[in-house]
Amino acid sequence: MLGQKRIEESINTARKTGSAIIPFITAGYPKKETFLELIEELSLCSDVIEIGVPFSDPMADGVTIQRSSQIAIESGVNLKWIFEQLKSVQINTPIVLMSYLNPLYVFGYNELAEESKSAGVDGFIVPDLPIEECDDLRQILNSNGLGLIQLVTPATSESRIKEIADKSSGFLYAVTVKGVTGGDQSLSSEVITYLETVKSLSSIPVCAGFGVRSNSDVVLLERFVDGVIVGSALVEAIESGLSAKKFLNSIIS
Amino acid sequence: MKRKTMNDKNKIFLKQLLNREIPDQNGRFGKFGGQYAPETLMPALKKLDESIRQYLNDESFQKELVEELHQWAGRPTGLTSAKTISKLWGAQVYLKREDLTHTGAHKINNALGQALLAKKIGAKRVVAETGAGQHGVASAAACARIGIPCTVYMGAVDIARQAPNVDRMKQLGAEVVSVTAGDQTLRAAIDEAFRDWVSNPDDTYYIIGSVVGPHPYPFLVRELQSIIGKEAREQLLSQHGALPNAVFACVGGGSNAIGIFHAFLGDEEVELIGVEAGGKSQNLGDNAATLASGKPGILHGSYSMLLHDNDGLIQETHSVSAGLDYPGVGPEHAFLQSIGRVSYISAQDSEALKQVKECCSSEGILPALESAHAFVGAKKWAQNNPGKTLLIGLSGRGDKDMPTLSKVMHDE
Repeated sequence: MLGQKRIEESINTARKTGSAIIPFITAGYPKKETFLELIEELSLCSDVIEIGVPFSDPMADGVTIQRSSQIAIESGVNLKWIFEQLKSVQINTPIVLMSYLNPLYVFGYNELAEESKSAGVDGFIVPDLPIEECDDLRQILNSNGLGLIQLVTPATSESRIKEIADKSSGFLYAVTVKGVTGGDQSLSSEVITYLETVKSLSSIPVCAGFGVRSNSDVVLLERFVDGVIVGSALVEAIESGLSAKKFLNSIIS
Repeated sequence: MKRKTMNDKNKIFLKQLLNREIPDQNGRFGKFGGQYAPETLMPALKKLDESIRQYLNDESFQKELVEELHQWAGRPTGLTSAKTISKLWGAQVYLKREDLTHTGAHKINNALGQALLAKKIGAKRVVAETGAGQHGVASAAACARIGIPCTVYMGAVDIARQAPNVDRMKQLGAEVVSVTAGDQTLRAAIDEAFRDWVSNPDDTYYIIGSVVGPHPYPFLVRELQSIIGKEAREQLLSQHGALPNAVFACVGGGSNAIGIFHAFLGDEEVELIGVEAGGKSQNLGDNAATLASGKPGILHGSYSMLLHDNDGLIQETHSVSAGLDYPGVGPEHAFLQSIGRVSYISAQDSEALKQVKECCSSEGILPALESAHAFVGAKKWAQNNPGKTLLIGLSGRGDKDMPTLSKVMHDE
């Protein structure tokens, strides 16, 4: 099955009994040696896995992801390493890579698509690539069946949400706050209206992220969207020695 | 170095630039530029783009800006005939004195213009980044003048080496935030200013300090800085009676260079040369010579030349001058280099330090370490082209560099 469809179906299947859970980890963090173990553990308790490609200048990320990226870079994690690792495991959960544009650009978009297919990567999230600039990458990914997941934020106008939703594939990423990753979630009535708008304008699943920290966040969000992305809070839990599975389970139920 | 001539295709590019068809509506200078920003900022960038169209050439806005530039910022700045340097170099050397502006560098032209724009747009607060501290001081002063709160992000490394400017910013009422993430210099400060803006896109205006960043910043900052070249060109014609043979400016992000070059772009006979920070050596990491040794890539919202490795990770840079210590460069410079209209060379730390000394003792002017890089390039060119007229952009004064200069003096 095509990568973008795999993502969509996995979320839709999860939606039948609740909502999809999408954990985010920075590749090779906290340790390169335990990366695959962590991926396998996550595949047992999630519907899509989001893996961060570390970048030197993560300008949409808060302190947690800045820290994990920096340490991953220092230990030599790069796209090539990530692909090599993923090629050596067989998991059924769809995988998306989150990367700033420059590492992808330097890697080369065609080679990126090829490597993604052979490593079982199904899609990409690129936080510094708005729809105005996305066509080059999107065409290559989509023609290879891979998704380019676009982001909308509470600052995005209704007409623009529609435009972005139409260009997104896999799912539509609804950022719940105006801000960087890892902040605190507080769902004001404006955010709820915004999520309802996003959901009504999107023909593909909508997943919400940025600042999802607790069970009450998930319970609240799943009323409006098809899935939730848990990033900084999971990375912090792993840092403090908790098992990823245990933490995710505590958030889900 | 022999001057390259431009082919017909590149001449058309230059004409489009002069006719203001470049940058296009997507902010492209040829293939460079663009708008690679997080989605949260796109509405704010579009609003800024609209405001520029609405106000920048609006009569009342221009009147207010010009009045402030004249009465408060000290424009027009002088053009000084550098008599002793001219004799030493065997050339006619003129200095465009941006060091004489209020707050001591060309940065005020941009900070003042953008602070006025921020007020017009109805912003409640301003954020800015700073490397050497000059843009931070200029933004703090302009915001105090206009009456809008200002937060300045500055790398911890720069805070240590530019201490006098940190206190100046605080004195001017700005909040200075030390950035301990990343490389703790200008690049990390820009990352952090963007993070602030992403978190506060509605009420905050980001005064970016150079011709970098997502569209429309490279265009906006160029427009506000091009007054340098406009004045210099007129002053040369009236004081010297002719255009210069060559114009020199230092290039970090490249705002003072774009500012002085722009008025001369259409004067084909005038050679334009940008001088980057050659640092300690040509090795990656030892310099900030982006145009000389970089590769295309995406950083801070635009596609331009960049110092990055094979994984696309941005490299740490080195320069004795904090203001040039940046791994990227404005997209318009990458464009001007690609069409062959401007050439870019580099000057090493030791050479720049030597030129600070020469300028001080010969002309009684203490130039910023950044500006001294332009002198290095000019001096080499003069030696190969005797008897010519040179214009050097003296972008700022060197008082802020005294801690560095004192250290060098004691080491010697």
